Amino acid sequence: MAAAEEASKPFAGLSDVSISEDIPVEGDISVPVGSSRRDDEFSTLDEPVKETILRDLRAVGNKFVHVLYPKRSSALLRDWDLWGPLLLCVTLALLLQGGAADSDDQGGPQFAEVFVIVWFGSIIITLNSKLLGGTISFFQSLCVLGYCIMPLTVAMVVCRIVLMGGSGAVSFAVRLAVVTVSFGWSTFASTAFLADSQPPNRKALVVYPVFLFYFVIGWMILTFSPSQ
Amino acid sequence: MSAGSGSRNTNTEPWGSFDDNLIQGGGSAVIDMENMDDTSGSSFEDMGEMHQRMKEEEEVAAEAAATEDDNPDDGEFLGMKGIKGQLGRQVADEVWQAGKRQASKAFNLYANIDILRPYFDVEPVQVRSRLIESMIPVRMINFPQKIAGELYGPLMLVFTLVAILLHGMKTSGTVIREGTLMGTAIGTCFGYWLGVSSFIYFLAYLVNAQITMLQMLSLLGYGLFGHCAVLLITYNIHFHFLFYVLWLLVGGLSTLRMVAALLSRTVGQTPRLLLCGTLSLLHMLFLLYLHFAYHKIVEGLLDTLEGPNLAPMQRVARDVPELTLNATLRNLGASLRVH
Repeated sequence: MAAAEEASKPFAGLSDVSISEDIPVEGDISVPVGSSRRDDEFSTLDEPVKETILRDLRAVGNKFVHVLYPKRSSALLRDWDLWGPLLLCVTLALLLQGGAADSDDQGGPQFAEVFVIVWFGSIIITLNSKLLGGTISFFQSLCVLGYCIMPLTVAMVVCRIVLMGGSGAVSFAVRLAVVTVSFGWSTFASTAFLADSQPPNRKALVVYPVFLFYFVIGWMILTFSPSQ
Repeated sequence: MSAGSGSRNTNTEPWGSFDDNLIQGGGSAVIDMENMDDTSGSSFEDMGEMHQRMKEEEEVAAEAAATEDDNPDDGEFLGMKGIKGQLGRQVADEVWQAGKRQASKAFNLYANIDILRPYFDVEPVQVRSRLIESMIPVRMINFPQKIAGELYGPLMLVFTLVAILLHGMKTSGTVIREGTLMGTAIGTCFGYWLGVSSFIYFLAYLVNAQITMLQMLSLLGYGLFGHCAVLLITYNIHFHFLFYVLWLLVGGLSTLRMVAALLSRTVGQTPRLLLCGTLSLLHMLFLLYLHFAYHKIVEGLLDTLEGPNLAPMQRVARDVPELTLNATLRNLGASLRVH
């Protein structure tokens, strides 16, 4: 208590300013000593490369978990990265590769198509949300939209496994169910992250392109049929 | 800054002397001042820019300025170097300018979002009511009708149309050589929207109709709502009769709405006929084209229609028997031989 009284001495002039008891006084005081220690901690110069890569991968994996449990956390927004989206996008494109009946001239466009749809789609959604007055930064939004493809990528994996069993009515029903669920999941997760940054009355306008984006991807996954 | 620092590190001939200038400092500045008279006054500005750009070199340059008075007599000796230095500086300037232009273009694109923001200032309710209004022609042609200048709705409708087209292409098994389905769909939709808007705006300008480009874009964009609805239904339900009914009813209503809006803003019989005739013709034919171009049944017809002309976009039906495919190939071969 004595220390607290001493600390308040420089503000003796303010002693007549009264703060009522029920308002909690909060603050964040950064201690300069702590920062130098943190620098030592984060020095990545002499650590093995494996550790560096593993740490990044762990960060990416951590964000995957955030997408799977889309509670309104800001982890995906705070330290965004584009590794996860790239990984997911390439995985999805590779899985969709080799579809179509005549794979010899559909092979190229298929990969490029998925890639272009994912990236340009995200960019357009981001620009749209910026135009509607969103407060989110460009790459944050790109990161969120990219990470939220994950349920659809999982659905793609499931679809390929189901398609291995055969392609009858039952398999289609299973695929339809899986894709629908993952589409809903993707849309829900991305809106959970993005909705906070939007003006409340315009959420529907922002959600519509997101819906369209995941719908197109989901539909591509559903109509995928491997070449025999 | 990167261009400036890059120029210092390279050791090609003009750059090398440029380095010398900067490092030696003293002489080069003298010569530069001398050369300034016979080139132009602009090198003075160059000098000023250099000072601003290369912050690391600022001290050196200052030193140069200081020593200028001290040794005025070795100007003759350093004449050659001075010219080289100027050349180096010009190259550096060009590199720097190019880099700066690129960077500022990218930045401007992003910063200009604020300029576009007013056009996206809508509420969901407004969008909904405008979508509904796009199907209701208003019979008021004596007084200019109100056309909202807004781009959110049209843009989203165009993207929806792209998605629907992709769907139609996939289900019809369209194969586009030397291009992607996505690119074709986007090209078709945006091409129609922007192209026809500009064309009609141009016509409107010719016949002195009171409409702005923004209003035209908005009008035509919302007019695509009917197209979206019709195509979404008819790509999934394959009845020709149903399509024709919807084409006349829904497509006709949305066309009528646009025509009514244009009529109310144009004066005179001939201008009205020209403007509205063109618009309705294009709009209705576009729906017809979109339906039949990417539809299952009529692909063979399309092959024969646009086979030789549009070789890179030739469509080959996946499900037709061998015979037709061979015929297509023969056509292609024949067209190649003709060329």
